[in-house]
Amino acid sequence: MKFGVIIFPGSNCDHDAHWTLQQVARQPVTFLWHESHDLEGCDAVIVPGGFAFGDYLRTGAIAKFSPVMESVRRFADGGGLVLGICNGFQILCESGLLPGALLRNTGLKYVCKPVQVRVENVATPFTNACSQGEVLTIPIGHMEGNYFCDPATLDQLHRENRVVFRYSTEGGEISASANPNGSLDNIAGICSAGGNVVGMMPHPERASEPALGGVDGMKIFDSMVGAMAGR
Amino acid sequence: MKAYVYVSLKKSVLDPQGKTIHGALKKMGYKGLDEVRQGKYFELTLDGGLSREEAQTEVERIAREVLTNPVIEEFRFSLAD
Repeated sequence: MKFGVIIFPGSNCDHDAHWTLQQVARQPVTFLWHESHDLEGCDAVIVPGGFAFGDYLRTGAIAKFSPVMESVRRFADGGGLVLGICNGFQILCESGLLPGALLRNTGLKYVCKPVQVRVENVATPFTNACSQGEVLTIPIGHMEGNYFCDPATLDQLHRENRVVFRYSTEGGEISASANPNGSLDNIAGICSAGGNVVGMMPHPERASEPALGGVDGMKIFDSMVGAMAGR
Repeated sequence: MKAYVYVSLKKSVLDPQGKTIHGALKKMGYKGLDEVRQGKYFELTLDGGLSREEAQTEVERIAREVLTNPVIEEFRFSLAD
């Protein structure tokens, strides 16, 4: 099982994700430069956080044109596991691999803090190590994390059980006060129709070792490893 | 030739920046305002290699494929010599 972590100019959580996979999850991992079409035989691809191409026009607006994204699209169409974290989530939405978009936080401020998310769907390759309704503490750090989609898409996401994480209180209650950015229905992460592509605003790699203050994020990576082992 | 492209959030999308500006203007005493929506404005200078018709097509493509995200935004543009 080999992981690939994409690097765009402006990615800045690429090394964190690489470290987590290699040093904590003990998995083979390689970096994938955005200009290459070659996914180097990876079994799972991470689209990491950061500010790809500076996010000057819109988050993810330029990154979606990178050659590597054509390969990621084909890989995802074939059932390959793709995890977009923060800016990676924004890029997957811009690319059309996931529906909706991430708008400016309603509070208009960059929010950087640990938050609680409730796991809504444990049947994905990214959450199979979690229990239904489990509350994870994982940090966020973003200016544009306000999930938006049209009402028909939102209905479809709920109907198809594709909302994977929702911002909640520590007790697992979904409330407006637990919503850090104004996301529709407190959505923190969603998956594709096939369940093999997940985008999430929280950074699981920032909650992967006790020294970081928590290890809840490892459940995401452990789930992926487990899912791939079972394939 | 120049192209002026205006990008705005769709009506169905909340605009917290516009709302904040509206609130500030009201607080400052400006009158008669019902709503403020914030958008983006791009001024493209064309190099003269395209006819007006070609420019129309190309600018439309740039606006649609790059300058806007159709999930949340819409655009309009005009050309001027």
